[in-house]
Amino acid sequence: MIIAHLFAGKTYSGFPKVAKPVRTRYFSNLDSVMLSVEEEAQRETMRSIIETVDLTRQFNNLIAVNKLNITVEKGEVFGLLGPNGAGKTTTISMLCTILRPTSGKAIVNGFDVVKQATQVRKSIGIVFQDPSIDDRLTGRENLYMHANLYGVPPSEQKNRIETVLKLVELEDRADDILRTYSGGMRRRLEIARGLIHYPKVLFLDEPTIGLDPQTREHIWAYIEDLGRTHDITMILTTHYMEEADRLSDRIAIMDYGKIVALGTPSELKETLEGDVITVRTKETERLSLIIAKRVKIEKTHTSEDKLEITVRDGKALLPRIVEIAANNNVYVESVSLREPNLEDVFIHYTGRAIRAESGDELHGMSAIRRRKIR
Amino acid sequence: MTEIRGIYTLWLREIKRYLRDRTRIVSSFFQPLLWLVIFGSGMRFSGTVGSLTYQEYIFPGIIGQTLLFTSMFMGISVIWDREFGFLKEILVAPISRFSIFLGKMLGDSTDAVIQGAIVFVLGLLLGIRLDLVMFLEALPVMVLITFGLVSIGLTAASFMESLESYGVIQSFINLPLFFLSGALFPIRGDLVPSWIQTASALNPLTYGVDALRTIILGDAWQSLQPLYYDILIIGCFDLVMMAIGTLAFSRRK
Repeated sequence: MIIAHLFAGKTYSGFPKVAKPVRTRYFSNLDSVMLSVEEEAQRETMRSIIETVDLTRQFNNLIAVNKLNITVEKGEVFGLLGPNGAGKTTTISMLCTILRPTSGKAIVNGFDVVKQATQVRKSIGIVFQDPSIDDRLTGRENLYMHANLYGVPPSEQKNRIETVLKLVELEDRADDILRTYSGGMRRRLEIARGLIHYPKVLFLDEPTIGLDPQTREHIWAYIEDLGRTHDITMILTTHYMEEADRLSDRIAIMDYGKIVALGTPSELKETLEGDVITVRTKETERLSLIIAKRVKIEKTHTSEDKLEITVRDGKALLPRIVEIAANNNVYVESVSLREPNLEDVFIHYTGRAIRAESGDELHGMSAIRRRKIR
Repeated sequence: MTEIRGIYTLWLREIKRYLRDRTRIVSSFFQPLLWLVIFGSGMRFSGTVGSLTYQEYIFPGIIGQTLLFTSMFMGISVIWDREFGFLKEILVAPISRFSIFLGKMLGDSTDAVIQGAIVFVLGLLLGIRLDLVMFLEALPVMVLITFGLVSIGLTAASFMESLESYGVIQSFINLPLFFLSGALFPIRGDLVPSWIQTASALNPLTYGVDALRTIILGDAWQSLQPLYYDILIIGCFDLVMMAIGTLAFSRRK
C-alpha cells in the first residue's frame, strides 16, 4: 500500500526516537517498511520542516488535539482537513507558538515551539482564521508595521510591500483605511502580509472562509503559484474538500483531535476502491437492507433522505439498484453516480459527513459555503 | 535593531490610531475643563491654599488626573486588540515580549502626555499663570509618571476578559488613586486624618502631583518632598510596573 509506505516513512524517518507510531487500522504492513527506510532516516530528517511527537492540547476536560504525530516535508502543501472542532486550529496555534502544548513536542524549521519560540516565529507566516489586521490603519500601514515587526530590512520594505500588494491586487486601495475594505479584500491583505518576511512555513488557517467564488479561485491560484515559485512550505487547514483536494500535496484528515487518514489526495481516494451511488429516497434504511442482500457493496452510508452506496463498478450497478428499488416498492426521488471525492474519504474513515448538514445535494459544497459566510 | 524597529512601529501605531480618533481629542478638552471651571470655581469657598486660589491649587492635580484617567483608558486598547484579533499578529511576531510591552506602553504614554499638554493649554486660557519654561520642566515629569500609570492600565487589561470587566476595574483604580493623590486637597498632617496620609504616601500619583505643583506653583507651594525625591520614587514605581507589565504580556495560554 502506497499510503502505508508514505506514512510509515514519515513517522519513522522524522522521528527515530518515537516509541509508538500512530497505527491506524488500514496501515498493516508498517514493520516491513520500517527496515527499508532506516538508512534514509538521516537524509529524511533534513528534508522535513515540521515534526510533531505526541503533540497534545487539552482544554479542561476537552482533548482538542490528541497525541498528534505529523511530519511535513520542505516545500509541500500540507492540508489539514476536518470538520469544525476537529482540532485543526488548535494544532496550528501550537505550531505557531500561540498555544502551549499540554504534552508532546513540536519542531518547526528545526526549532522547538516551546523552548525556541522566537526562532519559530521568525520562520513562519500566518494567515489566521479570524481577522487580525488593524482596521484603523490603511492597508499599506498594516504591511509596513508587519515588515518592521518581522525585521524586514528598511531598504527592502517598500519593494516587497509593492510586490505583495500587486500580487493580491490591492495597489489602488492600499492607502484606504481598512474599515472601508470588504471581507475578501481584508483576507487578501492578510495573505499579502503573511508573505512580506519570506517565511519558510506559511500557515493558512481556513484561508478562503467566507469569500465569494471568484475571490476564492483567485486566492487558490495565488497559493498554487506561491508554492511553485517561492519554495514555501504551506500548512493549510480547511473544511472545504475541494480546497484541500486542489491545493494540497498531502492531506491529513483530522477528526476529534486525531489524524484518521494521511496521503496524497489521489491516494486517499484510491483507498475507497469504488464509485459512490447516491439514492435519494424516504426509505433509506429499508432500501439499504434490500440492496445489501443482492448486490456486492463495499460500504453504505445512510442519512435521513439519502443513501450512499460505495460499489466497484458504479456504471453497471446503477440500473440494477433502481430496478431493485422499483421491485420492492421503494420510491426513488433521484439517483446519481460519481467518482469518489474527499468527502467520501472522510465519511469512509469517520463514518459521518464532514458537516452533518452538508448532504443537501451531490457535493453539498456550495451549501456549506453559503452557511459559512459571515 | 529589529527590536527597536518593532518598538517604533508599535509606538507609531498607537499614535496614528489616537490622532485619527477626533472624538477622543475633542472630548479630552472637556473633562479637565469641567473639573477646572465647575469644580474649581464652585469649591472656591473651601478657601485658598496659601496665596493660591483653589483653581490654581488644583490645576497641577487636574493634569495628574488627566494623565491617570487617560492612561487607564489606554488599557482598553489591549482588550480591543484581543477582541479584534490584532493581538495575535503582535504576539506571533519574532520580537521579545518586553519590546511588545514597551512599544505599546510608549505609544499609549505619548497619547496620554498629549492629553496632559492639552490641559496646559486650557490652564493658559483660564488665566492660570503658566509659561513655556514651566511646561518644558513639567513635561519630563508628566512623561515619567505616565509610564507607570499606563503600565498599570496595560497590566490590568491583560488579565481582563471583556471590556465590561475592565471598565469596572478601571474606576476601581482611577478614583482611589485620584482622590488620594492630593490633587483636590492638600495631604497635610494638620488637615487630613492620618490614614489618608498613609494611603496617599503609598500612592505613586501623590509624588507626580507634588512634583508638578513644585514646578508649576513655584514658591507659592510648599512641597511635600524635594523634587528629586519625587522623581526618584516615580522612577522606581515605573521600573516595577514595567517589569510586572512585561511579565503579564509574556503569559502564554
